[in-house]
Amino acid sequence: MSVLAIAEQRDGHYRKITYEALSEGRRIADGMGTDLTALVIGSGVETAAGELGKYGADKIIVADHPRLVEYLTDAYTTVVAGVIAEVDPQVVIMGASTQGKDLAARLAARLNAGLAMDCVAVRVDDGNIVATRPLYGGKVLAEVALSGKPQIVATRPNAISIAESAKAAAIEKTAVDPGESKLQFVEKTLETEKVELTEADIIVSGGRGMGGSDYSLVEALAAALGGAVGASRSAVDEGWRPHSDQVGQTGKVVSPNLYIACGISGAIQHLAGMSSSKVIVAVNKDAEAPIFAKADYGVVGDLFEIVPLITEEVKKVRG
Amino acid sequence: MEIVVLLKQVPATESMIGIAEDGVSIKTADLKWVISPYDEFAVEEALRIKEAHGGKVIILTVGPDKATEAIRTALAMGADEGILINDPAALKCDGLGVARILAAALKAIPYDVVIAGQRAVDDDNYLVGTAVAELLGIPNISVVNKQEINDGKIRCRRTIEGGVVVIEAPLPALFTTQRGLNEPRYASLPGIMKAKKKPLATKTLADIGLDAAELGEPKTKLVSLQLPPERKGGRMVEGETAAEKAATLVRLLAEEAKVL
Ligand SMILES: Cc1cc2nc3c(=O)[nH]c(=O)nc-3n(C[C@H](O)[C@H](O)[C@H](O)COP(=O)(O)OP(=O)(O)OC[C@H]3O[C@@H](n4cnc5c(N)ncnc54)[C@H](O)[C@@H]3O)c2cc1C
Ligand SMILES: Nc1ncnc2c1ncn2[C@@H]1O[C@H](COP(=O)(O)O)[C@@H](O)[C@H]1O
Repeated sequence: MSVLAIAEQRDGHYRKITYEALSEGRRIADGMGTDLTALVIGSGVETAAGELGKYGADKIIVADHPRLVEYLTDAYTTVVAGVIAEVDPQVVIMGASTQGKDLAARLAARLNAGLAMDCVAVRVDDGNIVATRPLYGGKVLAEVALSGKPQIVATRPNAISIAESAKAAAIEKTAVDPGESKLQFVEKTLETEKVELTEADIIVSGGRGMGGSDYSLVEALAAALGGAVGASRSAVDEGWRPHSDQVGQTGKVVSPNLYIACGISGAIQHLAGMSSSKVIVAVNKDAEAPIFAKADYGVVGDLFEIVPLITEEVKKVRG
Repeated sequence: MEIVVLLKQVPATESMIGIAEDGVSIKTADLKWVISPYDEFAVEEALRIKEAHGGKVIILTVGPDKATEAIRTALAMGADEGILINDPAALKCDGLGVARILAAALKAIPYDVVIAGQRAVDDDNYLVGTAVAELLGIPNISVVNKQEINDGKIRCRRTIEGGVVVIEAPLPALFTTQRGLNEPRYASLPGIMKAKKKPLATKTLADIGLDAAELGEPKTKLVSLQLPPERKGGRMVEGETAAEKAATLVRLLAEEAKVL
C-alpha cells in the first residue's frame, strides 16, 4: 500500500499544481500510515526529479522517454498504468490541470478505478478516500467516497495548500515503453508572459462595464499586483477578450487569493467561476449590482476613475 | 462522415440549486432543463462537420424520459436521429458506469467521429467523454476549440494552461469541446417542425446488449451534498472621494485581508 503522486512538468519545469498534489499526497500517505512515491514523466526530466523530495516524496520514480516529451493521452496513460501496476498504490493523486483531468479520466476507465475529479479537499476514512468536490459550477459541494484500488484523486488548481517537508528521497529510473501512440503532436504555442488564470494568486477581471476592448486599466492593476487578467462572458462575446480569459460556469473556474471584479454585475454563471476565491473585491457604479452581495469589499463608483487610483495605491504599498 | 454526439440534459445554468431532504440529491421541482452548454457546442460542431463532409449526426443520451426534450432540441438544430437509453439501472450509475453504457451503445452504431462536452455542467466530472474513448479503444483529444478533418485524420487545437497545442489523430476518434469552438445555432421554426418526425428511439440496457450486472458496483459514492459556506459579502468601502476609497481599499487588503 502506498500513495503515488504524479508530477506535472512542462519543458522541465514543474507546474505549481505538482506541489499541491504532492503536498496533499503527503497528507493522505500520513493519514494512511504509508509512503508517498512521486512519478516524474517526460523526456530529459531526471535532473529536476530530486526537487520533489522537498514536498514529502519518500521515493521518486522517473519515467523518461523521448516519446514522452509532449503530453499525449495514450502514451502517458500507458506509462502511468505500467507504473501503477508496479507500485500497486492505494491512491493515485494528481493535479486537475488540463493534462491531469485528461489523464485521470482515461486512467480511471482503463483501470476501472474510482475517480474524484477536481477536488477541493480530501480526507482519509478507514483507508479510503473521501473527497469534497464542487458540483453545478460550485453551487453545491459534494462529498464523494471512493472504494476499490487504486483510488484516483485529481485536485483543483489553487485549492490545496502547499507544505514543504524535506525527505531525502531516493530516485529510481524505471524502464518505460509508451507503445505506439495514435496521437501525433503537431505544435504548441505558449503565451509565456501571460499568467495562467487557474494558477494565478490574484486576478483582475473586467466585464461589460469596461465599455470596449481597451483593457489597459485592468491590465495595469493586474501588473502592479503580479496577477492575471480575466473577463466576463459578455466581454468575451463582445470580442473584447479571448475565450481563454472567460471566468465562469462555461469558462474557467478560479480560486485565487484575491479576485477583483471591475464592471461585472455578478450573474450566477460568473459567480460559479469565482466564488471560491479567498477574497473578492467588486468595483461597480451600480450600488445594487448583485456582485456586491458576494464581495468582501465593495467599491461603488466609476471604474475608469477608481481602478487607476487603486493601481497607484498598490504601487505605494508594494513599493 | 458518421458523427455521434454524447449529449446530457442538465439544469439551466441560471438555476438556483437546492438540496433535497435525502441530502444526496437536488430539488428538481422548479428547474428548467437544457442541453449542457458544452454538448451544445458538440451538436453545432457535428452539424458543421456534416455540412462540410456529408453524413449523419446521431444524438446519444443516457437519461430519464424528460431527456427526450433535449434530444428533440438537438434534432431541431439539425441532427438526424436520437437515441435515448433509459433504464432504472442506468440512473444508479456513476460517471464510469454511464461511459460503459454509452460505449456499449456505440458498438452498434457506425461512427467516424464522436463528440462530447469537456464536462457536463451538473456534475462537472470531466470524465465521461474521455472514458468512452478509452472503452472503445479510440484516441481522444480533449478541450478542443478548433478541428479540421482531412484524409481520414482529425487535427485538433486544444487549450492548455497559457497556450494551445495542436494534435492529430486518425479516425475514428473522440474529441471534447471547449468554448470558442463555435456559436451554436438556434433551432429554427421549420427545424422544430421537422424534428417531430425525426427518429428518436428509446432503449433499455437489454436492448443494447448490456446486462445491468456487467456494470458492477460503482466505485464512487455520493455521501452528502452541502451548500457552500455563504460569503459574508456586502461590505462597502466608504470615502468622500474616489481617491479616499481607493486608499482605504488597498489598506484593508494589505492589513485586514492580508492578500497583498
Ligand atoms: C448558458 C450560459 C452560460 C454562461 N456562462 C457564463 C460564464 O461562464 N461566465 C460569465 O461571466 N457569464 C456567463 N454567462 C452570462 C451571464 O449570464 C451574464 O450575462 C454575464 O456574466 C454578464 O457579464 P457582465 O457582468 O460583464 O455584464 P453586465 O451584466 O452587463 O454588467 C455590467 C456591469 O458593469 C457595471 N458598469 C458599467 N459601467 C461601469 C463603469 N463605468 N464603472 C463601474 N461599473 C460599471 C454595470 O453597473 C453592470 O453591473 C452565461 C450565460 C448563459 C446563458
Ligand atoms: N448521461 C449522459 N448521456 C450522454 N452523454 C453524457 C452523459 N453524461 C455525460 N455525457 C457526456 O460526457 C461529457 C462529460 O460529462 P461529465 O464527465 O459528466 O462531466 C458531457 O458533456 C457529455 O458529452
